[in-house]
Amino acid sequence: MKNISILFLLLISTVASAQIAIQAEMIYPVGASPIQNGVILIENGKIKKIGAAAEIKIPENYTIQTGKIATPGFIDARTVIGMSGVLNIAVDQDQLEKSSPIQPELRAIDAYNPYETLVSVARSYGVTTIHTGHGIGALVSGQTMIAKTKNGTTDQVTINPFCMLAMTIGPSVSEHFSSPGTKAKQVAMIRTELMKAQQYLKKMTTTDSNKLPDFDLKMDALSKLLKGEIKAVITANTAVDIMNAIRLAKAFNFKLVLDGAAEAYRLTNEIKAAKAEVILHATMARNEGDMLNMNRESAAILTAAGIPVSIESGYEGYVPKTRIVLLEAAVALANGLSFNDALASITINPAKVLGIDKKLGSLEIGKDADIVLFNGDPFEYTSQVTAVMIDGEWAFQKSN
Amino acid sequence: MLVLILGISSIVFAQEKTIAFKGALIYPVVGKPIQKGVMLIQHGKIVSIGDESMPIPANAEIKDATGKVIMPGIVDTHSHLGGPQGGDNSNPIQPEARVMDAIDPTSDGFKKALAGGITTINVMPGSGHLMSGQTVYLKMREGKIIEDLLITNEKGVFGGLKMANGTNSIRNGNGYPGTRAKSASLIRELFIKAQAYKKQIEKAGKDSSKMPERDIRMEPLVEVLKGTRVVHFHTHKSNDILTVIRLSKEFGFKPVLHHLSEGWKVADEIAKAGLYCSLIIIDAPGGKLEAVNLTLETAAILDKSGVSFGFHTDDGVTDSRLFLRSAAMCIRAGLSKEKALEGLTIAGAKMLDLSSSVGSLEKGKDADFVLLSGDPFSVYTKVEQTWVEGVKRFDLSNPSDKAFLTGGFGVYSADRGEFHQHGNEEEIGD
Repeated sequence: MKNISILFLLLISTVASAQIAIQAEMIYPVGASPIQNGVILIENGKIKKIGAAAEIKIPENYTIQTGKIATPGFIDARTVIGMSGVLNIAVDQDQLEKSSPIQPELRAIDAYNPYETLVSVARSYGVTTIHTGHGIGALVSGQTMIAKTKNGTTDQVTINPFCMLAMTIGPSVSEHFSSPGTKAKQVAMIRTELMKAQQYLKKMTTTDSNKLPDFDLKMDALSKLLKGEIKAVITANTAVDIMNAIRLAKAFNFKLVLDGAAEAYRLTNEIKAAKAEVILHATMARNEGDMLNMNRESAAILTAAGIPVSIESGYEGYVPKTRIVLLEAAVALANGLSFNDALASITINPAKVLGIDKKLGSLEIGKDADIVLFNGDPFEYTSQVTAVMIDGEWAFQKSN
Repeated sequence: MLVLILGISSIVFAQEKTIAFKGALIYPVVGKPIQKGVMLIQHGKIVSIGDESMPIPANAEIKDATGKVIMPGIVDTHSHLGGPQGGDNSNPIQPEARVMDAIDPTSDGFKKALAGGITTINVMPGSGHLMSGQTVYLKMREGKIIEDLLITNEKGVFGGLKMANGTNSIRNGNGYPGTRAKSASLIRELFIKAQAYKKQIEKAGKDSSKMPERDIRMEPLVEVLKGTRVVHFHTHKSNDILTVIRLSKEFGFKPVLHHLSEGWKVADEIAKAGLYCSLIIIDAPGGKLEAVNLTLETAAILDKSGVSFGFHTDDGVTDSRLFLRSAAMCIRAGLSKEKALEGLTIAGAKMLDLSSSVGSLEKGKDADFVLLSGDPFSVYTKVEQTWVEGVKRFDLSNPSDKAFLTGGFGVYSADRGEFHQHGNEEEIGD
């Protein structure tokens, strides 16, 4: 029995350590110049070498895969796939718990389903990493996590089980809860809870173990925010709500990631002064409700103002049940964002916001071998994703 | 009434001077693409179209379109722009409700269409009914009253009739069906009644004393049975599509099938029934049970089976400003460029019985066209101008027009109406 399991482990490790060489007519590494006729060598799930074909000798034992265009795997800066299922019926919607408007203790890993249909749909478009978890619609809806979109258990695919606290300021909160019913009440309720957390944190620092407060899951999660261990991702679309988020972050000294941010283009100076990061709504989102004034040129405007933009799929309550960041970045490109900035908006920029840029977000030696192959310009509507690699293994290959 | 409408439009939109567009790659759709083409328009019509050898009248205003692409104005066979409320929640069957009585012809929602190159629209009442009301065929002319926008088709009507099946119309109370079988039986009952009403009218002939009393619920159904008014049928799942085919055979009407998330499963059956299909193109599946199995490959699959198909926005489900992209996404999934172009233009015109005036660039047809910066299906291409009956209705170089393309602060009003409520849950467009 022992021998069999050892053999099994060996088999697995052979697969995982497969040595693959990708030859592409054009490689966009992100953060470095494009490489014409390039080669990427992959070993043990990591990038071992990358460069011009003329300069890299492919060792004999490597399997060669050719492609036309290669890019890093895409990172969806904020989504709810794996939590909010394709069916859109009560039993497959785990992104929003409506029993109370502030529930920072809710963990994403307890709900995430790596085999949900929409995860594989995103993967087929080259999305290899997602920042998913609790959704919009509660003041604090819960925690978020980072996962690879490959098949596996939650433990196997998770990069970070608790990345941020998901918060919302805006009309969607009042649609789901009888209170808060107004903007002022929304902010007041968040301030009340964060003040409690400040007190809790203060009590926790006592050296007298008899005076330690009872452990509190809710306070513990909020404490992590106040200590700067995690960031808050606050969905806020109108200028008023964005300023409320900025004011809160300043008052309680926490790290702020603005999400949605439909009117961020009106507040570029304020956002920069607050050192807030921005995850921008899907470019093809509907211009209704608190997104009435959304601008398809937002990504271009913010980028020009010196604010790095990460584009998200976000949350969709209807058809389509999710958006795809590759396709959303393409429409941002059609509305003034440069090719390089469009690529950055779904690779290195979200990697930095999520704190995973040391291992993801560009094709560099030592980084994870998450690679997408295309048969044409990655952003052309008519181009196809031909293959997707995650951690050095093929996770999607186009048939025929 | 109809004569009056036609009269108004030709007076208001007369365009006296001949305009010559020169140098563009022209996709007439009917006929081969023309390199360095020439198109002459006057009085809102296409006077002639040809290659660079075609003579241009000396008095014509010449527009140099070198390096540009010209294609027919796009036809959207299913949209909810302008606030088209049809039937209310009182009854699952409301053929008497007309969206022409609801639409705001000055709605800035129509700017979305123009920014996307759309010139002709079938505006439908929203859904959640077996029969939600009468649709209207609109030209994206400038107008103050709905009659300014209406277009009467070859069959003498300016709209169709919206129907739906599947989960869309299953609800509680007010006589709504609770099952698919009940949905079909309610429709059969209705059409049997309409057949009898039609027979009474035919029997009466010219004897007005024998005519049945006017019934505004029956009148549009008689038009359907006579084949003058087209049924636009919302149907997604393969079993629901087959139910529509069964009903259409029983009562002898030819519906246009709309949405067709699972049309790919029954492509051969649709081809055999000879029905037009109008497809919505969605990037990813789900959001409601009917749309869980949708795929971008549907257009290519229907095409292989010989089905005639076109596209629609279902705006607000997808955005009119990105309608060209919808067809491009089908090319991504295996459709030919030619069929993609047809699906945006002439195919839709045929579904609305308007192909004698719109849907292609041909002599004598309406001067509805789009001037593009490049290939119609490239992400890098922009709609630069949209012309309706010889009038430039969208110009990207005009900042206030461009704002309607991108959106921005205070650009669009909150009450446009393509995102509407129905029943207890919010549904968008549809």
